[in-house]
Amino acid sequence: MGGILQQCIHSGFGVEMFKEDLTGPEYAERYIEKMQLAGLEFRTNSLVTELHEDRTLVYTNPIEGYVEVQGKAVILTMGCFERTPGQINLYGDRPAGIMTAGTAQSFLNKDGFLVGKRVFILGSGDIGLIMARRMTLEGAEVLGVAELNPYSSGLARNIVQCLDDFDIPLYLSHTVIQVIGSSRLESIIIAEVDEQKQPIPGTEKTFEVDTLLLSVGLIPDRHLTAQAGIKLHPRTGGPIVNNRYETNVPGIFAAGNGLHVHDLVDWVSLEGERAGESAARYVQGELTDAELISTEPGNGIIYVVPHYVLKQVDEDVRFYFRVDNVYKNVKVNIYKDDELLKSLKKNVMVPAEMEMIKVANQDILDASRVRIEVEVL
Amino acid sequence: MIKEMVCVVCPVSCRMKVDVNAAGDIFVSGNKCKRGVVYAEKELTNPTRNVSTTVRIEQGVHSRLPVKSDVEVPKALVLDLVKALDNVLVTAPIKMGSVVAENVLDSGINFIATRSM
Ligand SMILES: Cc1cc2nc3c(=O)[nH]c(=O)nc-3n(C[C@H](O)[C@H](O)[C@H](O)COP(=O)(O)OP(=O)(O)OC[C@H]3O[C@@H](n4cnc5c(N)ncnc54)[C@H](O)[C@@H]3O)c2cc1C
Ligand code: SF4
Repeated sequence: MGGILQQCIHSGFGVEMFKEDLTGPEYAERYIEKMQLAGLEFRTNSLVTELHEDRTLVYTNPIEGYVEVQGKAVILTMGCFERTPGQINLYGDRPAGIMTAGTAQSFLNKDGFLVGKRVFILGSGDIGLIMARRMTLEGAEVLGVAELNPYSSGLARNIVQCLDDFDIPLYLSHTVIQVIGSSRLESIIIAEVDEQKQPIPGTEKTFEVDTLLLSVGLIPDRHLTAQAGIKLHPRTGGPIVNNRYETNVPGIFAAGNGLHVHDLVDWVSLEGERAGESAARYVQGELTDAELISTEPGNGIIYVVPHYVLKQVDEDVRFYFRVDNVYKNVKVNIYKDDELLKSLKKNVMVPAEMEMIKVANQDILDASRVRIEVEVL
Repeated sequence: MIKEMVCVVCPVSCRMKVDVNAAGDIFVSGNKCKRGVVYAEKELTNPTRNVSTTVRIEQGVHSRLPVKSDVEVPKALVLDLVKALDNVLVTAPIKMGSVVAENVLDSGINFIATRSM
């Protein structure tokens, strides 16, 4: 139990929920203990293979075999998966030694296998940055990190403590243009890219490495959604939900990285609590239908979750969103219809860091739309 | 002299401006909490880091047990301490929070288990 947390052995979890700086496994264990105290039933080593609109689902495991369950409510918390080498069209050979950073993390932190000695990392996502430090600590040499964008997609603290601390260079606006090797990876070529993200001839650099780790994006796991008729959002890749975290299918809720990719586990837990509470109310028949207020990403915003707010008295709404670029010295404005409701000054905003703004539920109940926008000052 | 600094104490990653006057007093702005000030002061005098790594474990569900230093470690010692843990071998069951390596390299730093296994 605990999902991805069990392989994230570094600290940085729980600052908001527990006001403590915990490692991933410690954060997980606190919740596992709570679950055990509450006497909740659970299954491990079990894979859910089917989910239907009527909330029946099927799981399989080595002990019980194939089991069908009728859920009164279902909460989807399947997490996300990493974009793989196959998804990014790496040009060149197909040798061993190219894998996602999360795969390398699992091998190292759970099984004790260091997947390479001379390593290059493509993509500056947090898992890649964390692995740059982890592999350095375990004796590998990390030669650099290349990032296609002119800014990092990982948290600023990870650039400082995972790369700068070990003098690992970060090549912004760079990508890997060729991988070379017959059975094992032997070298890679990187190049700078122009504004259209096309490699610039003459800027190539070759690195002799045996391993290339990819940290090029996470996608919510949605293996089970299509069958159940759950609608997905094109920008988040996860289900469309309202402020109760309910999908378009009544009684099916979603939270965490399976809904939209998070940087902070604390916010995953908060979402989970909200989804759990709603599911409990659903089971007790307390959820009533209402008109929907749509939430819209305006200028500079990629997406806003939840996608809808119900027009009825409820808890305050936490809007989660990401910006589409690096912004300095801006205001975030929240509009209800076309009236400015709230405005917050921000010194720096980056796509790598999810933002959250809490809005009082009664303040928006008479609106038909809520829009969040970045205003450059 | 004003220095820009990213606080690494928690994932909020506050971007701080740190100013040191002639008398050596440190002024910090941009931090969302007090720990940012402590971090900035340390970063300018004796930078330290939390260290997490793994040790070998027998009879557990995995073959590595995650551990962390019980106090922050001076930056220069980080690599040596992690290397020194190569020799540690523990046997399950282990409870989260128990000490798995004491006073490593005579540094006074202990490493504790960060999960039960
Ligand atoms: C390298 C890395 C570093 C991070 N660093 C930090 C940090 O410093 N601070 C911080 O606060 N957050 C950090 N995070 C973010 C945070 O850890 C995650 O966002 C959070 O743990 C996600 O939780 P989740 O429950 O949504 O997903 P997951 O932890 O991925 O859990 C999903 C679970 O669902 C299971 N599952 C999926 N499909 C099925 C199925 N069909 N049947 C049965 N089970 C299924 C999976 O096996 C998994 O156990 C980091 C994340 C990573 C990857
Ligand atoms: S100043 Fe406080 S809130 Fe900001 S990063 Fe540091 S510890 Fe976190």
